[in-house]
Amino acid sequence: MHTAAPAPAPAPMPDRADAAAIPHRHETFAEGLALDCGTRLRPLTVAYRTYGALNDARSNAILICHALTGDQYVAETHPVTGKPGWWEVMVGPGRPIDTTRFFVICANVLGGCMGSSGPPAEMTDAEGKPQGRPWGTLFPPVTIRDMVRAQAMLIERLGIPKLFAVIGGSMGGMQVLEWAALYPTRVFAAMPIATAAWHSAQNIAFHEIGRQAIGADPGFHGGEYWRHGTTPARGLAVARMTAHITYLSEEALTRKFGRRLRTGPMLTFDNDLFEVESYLQHQGSTFVQRFDANSYLTITRAMDFFDLAAEHGGSLGNAFRASPVRFCVISFSSDWLFPTAMSREIVRALNAAAANVSFVEITSDKGHDAFLLDEPDLFRTVSGFLRGAAEHWR
Amino acid sequence: MAEGLVALRTGRPLSDRLDLRLIAEMVAPRTRVLDIGCDDGALLEILVHEKGVDGRGIEIDMGKVTEAVAQGLSVIHADADTDLAFYPDDAFDYVILSRTLQATERPREVLAQMLRIGRRAIVSFPNFGHWRVRLALLTTGRMPRTRALDRPWYDTPNIHLCTISDFFALCAEEGYVVERWLGVDDQGRRTPWRKNRRLANLFAEQGLFLLRRR
Repeated sequence: MHTAAPAPAPAPMPDRADAAAIPHRHETFAEGLALDCGTRLRPLTVAYRTYGALNDARSNAILICHALTGDQYVAETHPVTGKPGWWEVMVGPGRPIDTTRFFVICANVLGGCMGSSGPPAEMTDAEGKPQGRPWGTLFPPVTIRDMVRAQAMLIERLGIPKLFAVIGGSMGGMQVLEWAALYPTRVFAAMPIATAAWHSAQNIAFHEIGRQAIGADPGFHGGEYWRHGTTPARGLAVARMTAHITYLSEEALTRKFGRRLRTGPMLTFDNDLFEVESYLQHQGSTFVQRFDANSYLTITRAMDFFDLAAEHGGSLGNAFRASPVRFCVISFSSDWLFPTAMSREIVRALNAAAANVSFVEITSDKGHDAFLLDEPDLFRTVSGFLRGAAEHWR
Repeated sequence: MAEGLVALRTGRPLSDRLDLRLIAEMVAPRTRVLDIGCDDGALLEILVHEKGVDGRGIEIDMGKVTEAVAQGLSVIHADADTDLAFYPDDAFDYVILSRTLQATERPREVLAQMLRIGRRAIVSFPNFGHWRVRLALLTTGRMPRTRALDRPWYDTPNIHLCTISDFFALCAEEGYVVERWLGVDDQGRRTPWRKNRRLANLFAEQGLFLLRRR
């Protein structure tokens, strides 16, 4: 066991503060949102981005739902990291989700840290009066259903009576399923990708490791790090590192890094650093620059709470009874975080409800992250499904 | 390749399978149809775009599923032997199984599932009673290889072969009503022996049946 693996580089502190200072396009709802936990969040702020143009019939709107650590910057340079949007391979002019045809909307989830109501935002009281401090750990627990209700308010505000499609991967896919279950007449087509109708014990277990790492960071201060001018950067980085492993596959890690050393051509048992370690440390340290620890806790909890079958009397089929929505369920062969078996559960429930469903398992060795990457079969499936759905739009 | 059989929208050649035409003729317009073992969706394409059918497909070969979904068809990756159980009763007007029955693990159960989830079932299969099959076995003493059955015995997915007469017998045993049936030749055309079961059993390369529950 070597001891010299350097800790993840502590994040430069001001970065997250800079992120908080960025103005995000948003809508505010003074009436707020009644959450599943019983609290009314008032006002509700939903930060979002749009691409393409809404047609006169208002029939070409596609809502993209982002994953745990994603945000609304789908197809443009990210304002904090300066990197390309997280789904530019999928969304843009001439892409499978073609912004010359579709009006694409993506909102930062409730509980997030890119401008929507969430832990880093200013706390408000029951009347909506600002309290002069961030919510922090006092931000109420939210659910995937709460996130979807907030998105539905935004879609209504934008004057869109019915979405042509709702599309998302991972936690985004959970929102897609919730959309179809909650608003079956307000969404025509639904594409849940690399997701599940409930979070499994293994999924929850990995999240708990991340949460424990954050909580154990001396900079966390019980979640009141904003009061102390610190961030639990180290804990958040470890959470990200753990999670990142679950997004990849053994094959992908072997292909990318194998046992290669960063520090030299051969093992010396002294200060050796495997390339995979260095990669994970980089993933951890860049993540803390753009993400808030309390948001991470809030959103991972929302995913853990998610169980669409439980919301419908224990039967997933009930969630989609007589659903008019056209579904396309997609999984990836090497995804062990949201394995194909979980997508198959969704498909079987949809069949039991006699819903219109397509289901493809894409062969890929890239693990859960495959939905974000260059996968030609994924692109063909998405564009083909959208084309087929467009023929039946009503 | 048969002439004229191209997809209306994509212009791709539909299939060299004229028997798909014969199946499509059995399906009433604007009904709900499930095509089991739908391959790349050639039949669904005809049904959806020419008959206004609400068509779904299931297929076990993932490459074919991707192909069909990329064509805009509603197709899922599933196994006829296990996944039909998840559909509710009477979910479809027709459940179609073309040239796949002989490749299922439990053909009798698959047929029963088809007539549970659908009001009618359309089934086609290669006829093992065809004279060439009989002659090949008789003269060579080896497992017959024909155009419809072109793989060696150790490498064939066709594990439950039957003749047209066998199929009539099974329908009688299970209490299914044969509403229509056809003998089909190797080009996928109706054979002139379609009125006579014994002749069809000898001369038809495929049998095509429209069944319903009693």
